[in-house]
Amino acid sequence: MSIIKGRAWAYGANIDTDQLAPIGSYQGIDMAAGAKMCLREIDPKFAASVREGDIFVGTDNLGIGSSREQAPTFLKILGIRAVVAKSFARIFYRNCFNIGLPALILADAEKIGMGHELSVDPDAGTVHDLTTGVEFTCQPIPPHLMQIVAAGGLMPYLKERLKAPALDRA
Amino acid sequence: MPQTLSEKIIAKAAGRPSVEPGEIVTCAVDLAMMHDSSGPRLAGRKLDELGVPVWDTSKLVVITDHYINDDVPDHQRIQKDAAAWVASHGVKHFIKAQGICHVVLPEAGHVKPGLFCVGADSHSVTAGGLGAFMVGIGGTEMTGVLATGEIWIRVPETARIKVTGKLQAGVAAKDVILKLCGDFGVMGFNYQVIEYAGSAIRAMSVDERMTLANMAAELGGKTGIVEPDEKTEAQLSAWGAVGIDIAAWKNDPGATFARTVVLDGDALVPQVAAPSSPENAAPVTDHLGTKLDQAYLGACTGAKLDDLRMAAAVLKGRQIPKGFKFMVAPSSVKIREQAAKEGTLGIIEAAGGVVLATGCGGCIGQGAARLEENAVGISSTNRNFVGRAGPRSSKLYLASPFTVAASAINGAIADPREFL
Ligand code: SF4
Repeated sequence: MSIIKGRAWAYGANIDTDQLAPIGSYQGIDMAAGAKMCLREIDPKFAASVREGDIFVGTDNLGIGSSREQAPTFLKILGIRAVVAKSFARIFYRNCFNIGLPALILADAEKIGMGHELSVDPDAGTVHDLTTGVEFTCQPIPPHLMQIVAAGGLMPYLKERLKAPALDRA
Repeated sequence: MPQTLSEKIIAKAAGRPSVEPGEIVTCAVDLAMMHDSSGPRLAGRKLDELGVPVWDTSKLVVITDHYINDDVPDHQRIQKDAAAWVASHGVKHFIKAQGICHVVLPEAGHVKPGLFCVGADSHSVTAGGLGAFMVGIGGTEMTGVLATGEIWIRVPETARIKVTGKLQAGVAAKDVILKLCGDFGVMGFNYQVIEYAGSAIRAMSVDERMTLANMAAELGGKTGIVEPDEKTEAQLSAWGAVGIDIAAWKNDPGATFARTVVLDGDALVPQVAAPSSPENAAPVTDHLGTKLDQAYLGACTGAKLDDLRMAAAVLKGRQIPKGFKFMVAPSSVKIREQAAKEGTLGIIEAAGGVVLATGCGGCIGQGAARLEENAVGISSTNRNFVGRAGPRSSKLYLASPFTVAASAINGAIADPREFL
């Protein structure tokens, strides 16, 4: 995967799926309209201000709550290209990779402040905070998840896999 | 090596003699469940994009429960699309608006000890109360299961929670789980299987064990599980499950647990989780007299038959103050019928409770039980995150059905032990 460069959106601990994808944001067909409601309760300016390539940073328990995949999907629709946190809720973590959004576990995530310029290398598992000059090393992404995210998510990955003869699928 | 119950189920699904925590294995799925929010409109549509059929139409159950208000156009559309998708894909099991998926799935005889199951909803872990291994997954991941019948899993460690002694009158499974949320936090058992054991768990009904398994999600667990016993067998048979094998699905003697937590069941008092997280749990006595605008019994967690009976035990012969909103949405249609037949619902209504339609409803801020601006509520549901059950300005306390009912009588947070 290529290096991702952008600004950090950092809101601290316990950002849950009801905040990322509030009730009313995901029952319609128009996902882009739903994405505009992302985080509206904590930062009404967030959805309109994110730019392509930005990075979402959480500390503890990012994505706790529901299995709803719209939570990471809205971040992706808005332009977020990587998610970094000290710890993730497990379904949210899997959902990120499944929709093609790399998620990195970083013990020092709270040292990254709102608006810092970051450079994230998912393959190397590094996050460079260009604002403070500090370089962080994340937990490596397991190889089978790296394959999924490198393919662009589970859908493109499955498309490839289902094309292969049955014997090669394992 | 001796295996825990969960490891045995995973090993069987992976076609291996045994598995070890930390290994990544691919499992064959015995049962997949999806509802109207995550299912046909999301995972189903993506399956069609892949252009392959459902891997096994007899192993998939589609249940509608989230969007069943006929007067909301979005809901109508979602219901129509779900029915059409199910019909065009030959899905054998489609359960339409009969109640909340996690309660309806076992009620329809689909859950059994030893099954490896996935559900496109975080509270799919509820089935663990019956000795199945069931995890919640997202919509795209469900697409993968629909297409291949397989899923990867990192074998989780098992944490054992032993609840010793006997719960006192007015204390329920919900108090056990809220106490654990308070002590360990919403990620306290991240990625571990939480196995509930001990004399207090053995004494519990299957409904109560399902409450514990359900809220393994609120402890960050991969899933929750209870070793099946004769009670499990009797309940599952009554629900029509066939081929139940209790003996095969227990922990091996000498199995290794990553940690063991002991909770003194005799000493446990009713718990209340303050806004806006289940981990803000504290003894009910810390909150006595907190003024409330409404009380709600509902969701997959808190409106099963036993939950309604607990509320009725408190409400019997008492009256809720005029103008106070007490709403009850039984977890399934069957439960509502049974509760009506045995008189439980009558007691609740005589006390001033209003029975709402079955479905997720108030749990996710829909319908009559949605909290209004600045309103304060108490509920038997599982989550009280900001904005879940109403606007940001609203506040929600979580408690057991006993405590919710007692609080409805006082119009303020109350200790149910004073009413029993
Ligand atoms: S009742 Fe609430 S927690 Fe249960 S499935 Fe419905 S929305 Fe989820």
